[in-house]
Amino acid sequence: MSDTHFVRNQMVEEQDPPAATTGVAGWLRENLFSSVSNSILTLLSLAFVYWLLAQALPWIVSPTWHAESLTECREIIAELGYGGACWGIIRERWLQFMFGFYPAELYWRVVLDFLLLAVALAPVLFTNLPRKMLYFSAIYPFLMPWLLWGGTIWNPIVVALGFVIGFYAQRLLKPSIGELAATIAAFVLPIIWWLFVAGPVADALASVLPLSIQAVESRNFGGYMLSITIGVVAIALSLPIGILLALGRQSDLLIVRSLSVGFIEFIRGVPLITLLFVASTLLNIFMPPGTDFDIILRVIIMVTLFASAYMAEVIRGGLAALPRGQYEAADALGLDFWMAQRLIIMPQALKISIPGIVSTFIGVFKDTTLVSIIGLLDPLGLSRAILADSAWNGIVWEIYGFIAVMFFIFCFSMSRYSMYLERKLQTGHR
Amino acid sequence: MSTMTDPPKESFKLGMLIYDTRYRSITIQIVALIGFLILAGWLINNTVHNLAVLGKPIDFGFLNDPAGYDINQRLIDYNSQNSHWRAAFVGLLNTLLVALLGCITATIVGVVVGVLRLSNNWLIARLMTIYVEIFRNVPVLLWIVFTMAILIETLPAPRDFRGENPEASMMLFDSVALTNRGVYIPEPLFSRGLGDLPILPDRASDACAVPEDGGPVSDACGVFQVSLDMLLILAVLGAGLYVSGLIRKRADRIQNETGDRPTTWHYRLGVVAIPLLIVLVLLGFHVGLPALKGFNFQGGIHLRNSLIALWLALSLYTAAFIAEIVRAGILAISKGQTEAAAALGLRPNRIMSMVILPQALRVIIPPLISQYLNLTKNSSLAIAVGYMDLTGTLMGITLNQTGRELETVLMGMLVYLSISLSISAAMNLYNQRVKLVER
Amino acid sequence: MKKTVLVGALALAGLSAGVASAGTLDDVKARGTLNCGVNTGLTGFANPSASGEWEGFDVAICRAVAAAVLSDATAIEFIPTTGKTRFTALASGEIDMLARNTTWTFTRDVDLKFEFVGVNYYDGQGFMVPKELGVSSAKELDGATVCIQTGTTTELNLADFFRANNISYEPVPVETDNEAQQQYLAGACDTYTTDASGLAAVRATFESPGDHILLPEIISKEPLGPLVRHGDNEWGDVVRWTLNALISAEELGVTSANIEELSGGTNNPEINRLLGTEGSLGEMLGLDGEWAKRAIMAGGNYGELFEKNIGEATPIGLARGLNAQWTNGGLLYSPPFR
Repeated sequence: MSDTHFVRNQMVEEQDPPAATTGVAGWLRENLFSSVSNSILTLLSLAFVYWLLAQALPWIVSPTWHAESLTECREIIAELGYGGACWGIIRERWLQFMFGFYPAELYWRVVLDFLLLAVALAPVLFTNLPRKMLYFSAIYPFLMPWLLWGGTIWNPIVVALGFVIGFYAQRLLKPSIGELAATIAAFVLPIIWWLFVAGPVADALASVLPLSIQAVESRNFGGYMLSITIGVVAIALSLPIGILLALGRQSDLLIVRSLSVGFIEFIRGVPLITLLFVASTLLNIFMPPGTDFDIILRVIIMVTLFASAYMAEVIRGGLAALPRGQYEAADALGLDFWMAQRLIIMPQALKISIPGIVSTFIGVFKDTTLVSIIGLLDPLGLSRAILADSAWNGIVWEIYGFIAVMFFIFCFSMSRYSMYLERKLQTGHR
Repeated sequence: MSTMTDPPKESFKLGMLIYDTRYRSITIQIVALIGFLILAGWLINNTVHNLAVLGKPIDFGFLNDPAGYDINQRLIDYNSQNSHWRAAFVGLLNTLLVALLGCITATIVGVVVGVLRLSNNWLIARLMTIYVEIFRNVPVLLWIVFTMAILIETLPAPRDFRGENPEASMMLFDSVALTNRGVYIPEPLFSRGLGDLPILPDRASDACAVPEDGGPVSDACGVFQVSLDMLLILAVLGAGLYVSGLIRKRADRIQNETGDRPTTWHYRLGVVAIPLLIVLVLLGFHVGLPALKGFNFQGGIHLRNSLIALWLALSLYTAAFIAEIVRAGILAISKGQTEAAAALGLRPNRIMSMVILPQALRVIIPPLISQYLNLTKNSSLAIAVGYMDLTGTLMGITLNQTGRELETVLMGMLVYLSISLSISAAMNLYNQRVKLVER
Repeated sequence: MKKTVLVGALALAGLSAGVASAGTLDDVKARGTLNCGVNTGLTGFANPSASGEWEGFDVAICRAVAAAVLSDATAIEFIPTTGKTRFTALASGEIDMLARNTTWTFTRDVDLKFEFVGVNYYDGQGFMVPKELGVSSAKELDGATVCIQTGTTTELNLADFFRANNISYEPVPVETDNEAQQQYLAGACDTYTTDASGLAAVRATFESPGDHILLPEIISKEPLGPLVRHGDNEWGDVVRWTLNALISAEELGVTSANIEELSGGTNNPEINRLLGTEGSLGEMLGLDGEWAKRAIMAGGNYGELFEKNIGEATPIGLARGLNAQWTNGGLLYSPPFR
């Protein structure tokens, strides 16, 4: 017996993996230089990035923040020796870019309004918040226009009263005149209230107890505030219309379905800019003589119609994603159509649709730049007006860059949020 | 023994219209229809009344008046004395042109970017993500304006090409000039051309009158001109391709029967190329190069800045969305497909092009259609860069000069609607075919 | 969703929005503000300042009318309008008057049913070219690329001019003055054509204005003036005579500096009638006696407005030229206040 071992009876010391596959070098090799073509691509991209930064950075870092006019900028840049941006215009006008011509002492109302919007949306989006916050969400739609447009507080209150009337009409009349008649009354009574009673009542209340804040004409809206207002109001209003259209499109009733399909396809088939032309040139012709919506209301109406068609498609997708069993289960419970929708279908369909709704909102928000073409002073329109100031006439890139960066920040954060929601909702659903 | 009797026939009561589910749906529909008709009637009534007050009854006669303005970018003959109709038609063709170019480029860029976003090269994947996010989150109108500004500011002006030591020079053997007025590329010319064929010549118009000096009838005679040269070339090309297809079918048949595929590529190339070459020589084909004359480059095909800016901006913007669609489509194909293809010994490129993408197409195409529609609709932002599309002519200058808002905007909307509906109809047809093949 | 309520709010807003009565003058008085359509931004004529105040030569006309009618030169809603929206805004009653460098033409007056109340700026379409192009006349522009603003009379004039002279050109339509300027400076067009006042204003803001010249040809007449709707003569009279009051004030030597003194009464009966110390011209217009005094005090007489907004002391630096009083060889000629 020899004591020669052919089998190792001792563990070999653990060795480090080859240097080329670990650490920075390994990562580089794995992710950037895994093959010849990959290496070439990497080098080309690096060169491109370097070139881009070398062009842009010196231009962006330009000490012209305090310049009072383009001429002054040019003097500073001439001393600098290389092409730089003229940022003085942003310093002088950024408040205008944010709020347009909204009175400066009332800026807080706009800021508060959009902060409250976040509070109102929170319980809808985050299910772990106290349910009582939903009451605030219910109040907010009345609060928001009042804060933005100002005026007497009685206007939003009487409008809200219409809904209360509708609700109680359904509740109280049901035992006496039957369910269907009560439902009809719940629709008709508020409309009568809004059309004929609400105005005088609000005026009377205002004369008795004048609770009001300073009114602001919507013509003074401008800049990002205008974009956000149009976007938020249009999306909020388009949600109920979109739900009705989506239900109409799925309905078995031929006429209802064709009307819904016709509306949706028509709106989706024409560019938004033509709808805005309608708002700016034709809407007043369609209305009874003497009605005079101001241009921002007209734009909001048309953008709402536009958004509703897209919203209808989003919600239709949500409805289609629901398993058939949900509808059948609701039927089996003996729920009628509206109860089934309200209690079973819509809560689930809307939840699935939230990411789609957010991306529709992003789309509409981006599309609000189109209103500059019909002469509204959104950020882009405002930039043209500002450039007509002889102190700044001739600036191009700084303003476009500023507007683009602001839009990017708004839209990017929203899209990231919607992706997060999508992930969260997906795990909940499947 | 029991007798079957029909249940007593209920007499119809008015209340049944509401309470009986058999009739209720009809009631609802009729109410909806009446509501709709009332609304429509109300709007029309208002419109008629308001127009009467304004003294502008609906009248499309103005479209026959001379437009009075010039359009730089035009695919058919047009001058300022032509009617508004023709100006609108020039605009429509421009809309279709940029939409078509945009859809093609957007698809190519979108597919490439979508595939590269999944690349295992970290830097490339990140760069593509940045590209997609930047383009998706900034309004398309800003991109259009931006692209135009970049073209104008960075490319040389024609005057820079002048002089002893010009600051800029033409590219590709002096055949292509990149200027900030657009790109000039060589154009095909025919020294023994067959001329144009006027379609729908209008004898009454001035353009069709034979000039006093007995020269040829003006080019503007007829609603359209069809170039006979191009027709001939297309016919020869089509015939060549058809014959080439026949040869391929025969090769397929032989392969099915014998297992050997005859080499046919030289025949197939020959039947397409040789007749084409003969026709080109007969027509006296030569290339017209752009050259600097006077203020501008003359000759060659002029791709204007506005077209390029709009085209680039729309395609890059839409490509960002298409890239996401492509990426989602690829991710929707199960990993097993890739592995199975790899097990068959296919290389990564072929796996992508022969296994993954064809399957992903089924997922990709429906959202792709809506991106094409979006691109077409977004092309209406052309006015921002002065590209004379339908919005720029009919709903732009014509509207301004005639003050006929109702007629022009409604016509414009109808045209866009029909374009959209036909794109979706065509694409849905294609989609159905793809689906059938799948099953 | 709860947000349905906004529909109601909007319906309410729509209903409470005023119903137009017969006369614009009564409407304006009842409303307490004047709705005045202006340009979305044209150097020297209308642009918002950093504090959000609109300023410029056209804006000053609006202010004078508001001062005359409402005794408050700030009681104005300025509605920025584009070339496309301006006429519908006026026709639909959204604005009471339009002061947006609008050319008085036959079709606008007769076919579009508007009433031009006068001319506040006599302009004409000109060409600007870089000096180095070596062009001294517009007729040498054969084959040139021409930048031009869409939605104006200028593109029709341009087409007519080149057609009449039988020379070719390539139009490059642009949406705003700024884009035209950008293209022109980068050499994307050889020449920029618009109203000569606009060209001068643009040139003044260039880095080196001396490198650019205005060609001698003025190819069109562009009388720019405020306009109102057809058929409301009382309101038309108010705007017309407010403009005339500003012009007459300059002719008669009434300025915002000496107007207090002069309104005490002078030897010149026309000044007295203008300022309301004699006769009852204001009452005839449906206003009070001091209407013209307020209009002039709002910003000064025509000459003062000109100097302040677009005159030679401003960066725009326009000379009076055709816009001088008829006594100085210009075209400004107000009918007498009698």
